[in-house]
Amino acid sequence: MVEFSLWDILRNLLMAARWTVSLSLIAFIGGGLVGLLLLVLRLSRVRGTGRLIGAYVQVFQGTPLLMQLFLAYFGIALFGIKTSPWTAAAVALTLYTSAYLTEIWRGCVASIPKGQWEAAQSLALNFGEQLRHVVLPQALRIAVPPTVGFLVQVIKGTALASVIGFVELTKAGSMISNATYQPFLVYACVALLYFVLCFPVSLVAQSLERKLHGNRS
Amino acid sequence: MLIALDFSAVLSSWPLLVRGLAWTIGLTAVGTVLGLLLGTACAWARARNLGPRALPLRWAVAAYVELVRNTPFIVQLFFLFFGLPALGLKLSPEVASVLAMVINLGAYSAEIIRAGVEATPRGQIEAAQSLALTPGQTFRRVVLPPALLKVWPAMVGQIIIVMLGSAVCGQISTPELSYAANLISSNTFRAFEAFILATLAYLALSMLTRRLLIWVGVRFLVGR
Amino acid sequence: MATAVDTTPAPAHDGIVVGAPPIVDITALRKSYGSNEVLKGIDLKVQKGEVVAIIGKSGSGKSTLLRCVNGLEVFQEGALSVNGKKLMHDSPTAMRELRQQVGMIFQGFNLFPHLSVGRNIMLAPTLVKSRDAATAAAQARKLLDRVGLAEKFDAMPDQLSGGQQQRVAIARALAMEPQVLLCDEITSALDPELVGEVLRVVESLALEGMTLMMVTHEMAFARKVSDRVIFMHQGRVHETGTPAELFGHPRTPELRQFLSSLHD
Repeated sequence: MVEFSLWDILRNLLMAARWTVSLSLIAFIGGGLVGLLLLVLRLSRVRGTGRLIGAYVQVFQGTPLLMQLFLAYFGIALFGIKTSPWTAAAVALTLYTSAYLTEIWRGCVASIPKGQWEAAQSLALNFGEQLRHVVLPQALRIAVPPTVGFLVQVIKGTALASVIGFVELTKAGSMISNATYQPFLVYACVALLYFVLCFPVSLVAQSLERKLHGNRS
Repeated sequence: MLIALDFSAVLSSWPLLVRGLAWTIGLTAVGTVLGLLLGTACAWARARNLGPRALPLRWAVAAYVELVRNTPFIVQLFFLFFGLPALGLKLSPEVASVLAMVINLGAYSAEIIRAGVEATPRGQIEAAQSLALTPGQTFRRVVLPPALLKVWPAMVGQIIIVMLGSAVCGQISTPELSYAANLISSNTFRAFEAFILATLAYLALSMLTRRLLIWVGVRFLVGR
Repeated sequence: MATAVDTTPAPAHDGIVVGAPPIVDITALRKSYGSNEVLKGIDLKVQKGEVVAIIGKSGSGKSTLLRCVNGLEVFQEGALSVNGKKLMHDSPTAMRELRQQVGMIFQGFNLFPHLSVGRNIMLAPTLVKSRDAATAAAQARKLLDRVGLAEKFDAMPDQLSGGQQQRVAIARALAMEPQVLLCDEITSALDPELVGEVLRVVESLALEGMTLMMVTHEMAFARKVSDRVIFMHQGRVHETGTPAELFGHPRTPELRQFLSSLHD
């Protein structure tokens, strides 16, 4: 019976954690770009975009991420494109992130007092100028804490990619736990590694939130 | 190239889907009630100044909350279901699922309720004290109801999140909705159709549950 | 009942050009919020250089009327012209043109919190009138000096008192060189001791010949500075006349009741 040391376990988990980190970053950045596009579309008040994007958000916020991953995995395959778990996970998580981020950002823009819009209008600024010079700079400031906070959700979300076969931290944990017959230790290590990834980000988000409200009060 | 989607095979397995739906609702209901109780207790421990003796308790609750909020639910579930048996504690999939949901919701609701409790105006507590209410009565009758009402939308959101997160419990063979979809998919080889239907069911469920919970909040938290 | 005859005798100062077409011309204006009609047919002509005070109970439609003049509110019936040009809500170019002619000061100041005082004033001229930064900055400094805040060019809005913020708001509106200034209860949100500094600036604008339309509760100020006072009641112009007439000899019971309620 091969003896596995704690270090063996951790070493293997850390290698898999690289994939967790890269998937998280891809989803966060990709989702951020798509979310920004959706936000601008929504704000441009083109007929119907508001309702459409609202429905998009409702679907992603009202269904399990696990289902979204399954649908991406089997759905892309329907079109004859060979999908790897990595691709399906990246696509699903990017879209998931884009829906949540665009909704967070929409809320930030909506929280800018109407008086700011009216003052800008009264100074003869057109819609684009109102947005770019008066509303978005203020909304950006408010948006930073919840956006950083959502990164934590993305990192946790990558764990579900294990279910469609992508070998990231959680899947590695399952595999190592089966190989070592030490599920308690292995899953404790997995949890610890996620904690090490997420907790600093949570702290940063909390401190940004405090700074923001400290400035305003 | 349009692929032919065949829903008939999946739809004929509707009893499985209904059973899965019932399990999801049941798990969520039990998990929510117990999770809210746990969360309220934690909020009580942290928000009320129970004095320096209670400091270890406050730290323990804080550690619990941060641990749960910074790890994925699936890992928590696997830890309970696969990890605990190594210590001699073997749980059935259903019990492990409920336990994981309670622990998960407990941590999030602790934070949500704590925020509501801390927003209580000082005057309310002073008025209660002047009326000779004990700290326990003050918390239960004066502080908690308005706090819950104020944070109810956030709480509803979190309950929906936990309900949608329960889809993962199918991975340890809890017979809920995603498990049913997986089963149908392997029986009929119609994976996409099965998952689409399950997803639509989840969507309908989350929308209805949200409406229901908000109605519950208005009905039972106001005027008590 | 309210009289439709406008009994404006000699102007309070030399600025008014009598006989010229009105700079703001409102005819039969009606506005509703859904089924609730807030403006029930307003007729009003304001001459260039005239100072018009609009008074009345809350809900009488005063602010709504003012906000129709610069297009912040959309009206359903009637006509509104500024400087001879009809107000066209659907045309962004027309609205942009209108808002360069008509400036507005808000009860809540609405300074842009992420920009310094100087940049607040410079923003619109730079974007709308394509002024270069140096010219805009020089103009901003001049205007700040005019409202008594020359040293505050680099300050941030949250470092200023309410009265100072409102004076910056006035400077910001003046930077666009408007022909008409709309003042929507500009001192109502100020602590009493800060009201005077703002009213002094407004008075100086009036004396220089700026056309002003002010919704105000400051009756003494309205009495002193305005050429004409308009009392609005339930969405209509109920009484109109000089300050001496309206405050001294109110004709209708509604106005009498309104004036006496102010003294409670």
